[in-house]
Amino acid sequence: MKKLLPHPILTLILWIIWLLLNNTLAMGHIVLGGILAIIIPIMTSSFWPEKVCISHPKILIKYLFVVLWDILIANVIVAKLILSNKDKLQPKFLHIPLDIEDPVAISILANTISLTPGTVSCDLNADRTVLLVHGLHEENPQATIDEIKQRYEAPLKEIFESC
Amino acid sequence: MSENLEYLLALLIIIGSVFTLIGSIGLYKLPDFYMRLHGPTKASTLGVGAILIASVIYFTLKQDAISLHEVLITLFLFITAPIGAHLMAKAAIHIATDKVKRTEDYHGEK
Repeated sequence: MKKLLPHPILTLILWIIWLLLNNTLAMGHIVLGGILAIIIPIMTSSFWPEKVCISHPKILIKYLFVVLWDILIANVIVAKLILSNKDKLQPKFLHIPLDIEDPVAISILANTISLTPGTVSCDLNADRTVLLVHGLHEENPQATIDEIKQRYEAPLKEIFESC
Repeated sequence: MSENLEYLLALLIIIGSVFTLIGSIGLYKLPDFYMRLHGPTKASTLGVGAILIASVIYFTLKQDAISLHEVLITLFLFITAPIGAHLMAKAAIHIATDKVKRTEDYHGEK
């Protein structure tokens, strides 16, 4: 089983993406997609030396909804900032010390930060302990950092690192 | 297709266009490279998202079959937009692109 499905989550995602790409639920595509979804992870398994593990799917789903909602809010906030007086914006580079170590969790955190209010992740230092984030308008940087750590980093830590 | 639904679709498309436009205005108006990155990474995600939701509703009703491949565009956009922004920012830091003078550094505590 382990040899046939080295990355079960990747298999599932590939299968769903194949069906969405073809926009159909015809039997032929379900079978073809299934075959591709099994073969591709086996052929690319050397790209994924470490196993990705998700220990709390419920928290992950909740996290996705939190992020979607925050993206909505982020858009409105950034739109307002863009239309406001550009000379009053106070951009800042925030150096955020990280608690998480798992590379997948860090990349998801960086992606989330880029999609949510007024922050874009810019750089990760070489030993993966500090994330550099650019804020468009930061009046209280420590509050922003605390919010990022509590709202996004804590659930990611639970999801990816407790197994 | 009922009239009310057409109004809803029109509203979604207008919201989408407005946010995409604001994203582009940000790209034009903001003073330095790092700040300009914010416009296209965020304002455009909601813009494209709203237009795609309108597309899903329209084609689902027109073809009498659920049309969901627009979801993929959203998915790819949400994955690629932040990565693109991250790489551009990293490259900009590497070659020390000019930034607005008032930009400050802040080192966070744990």
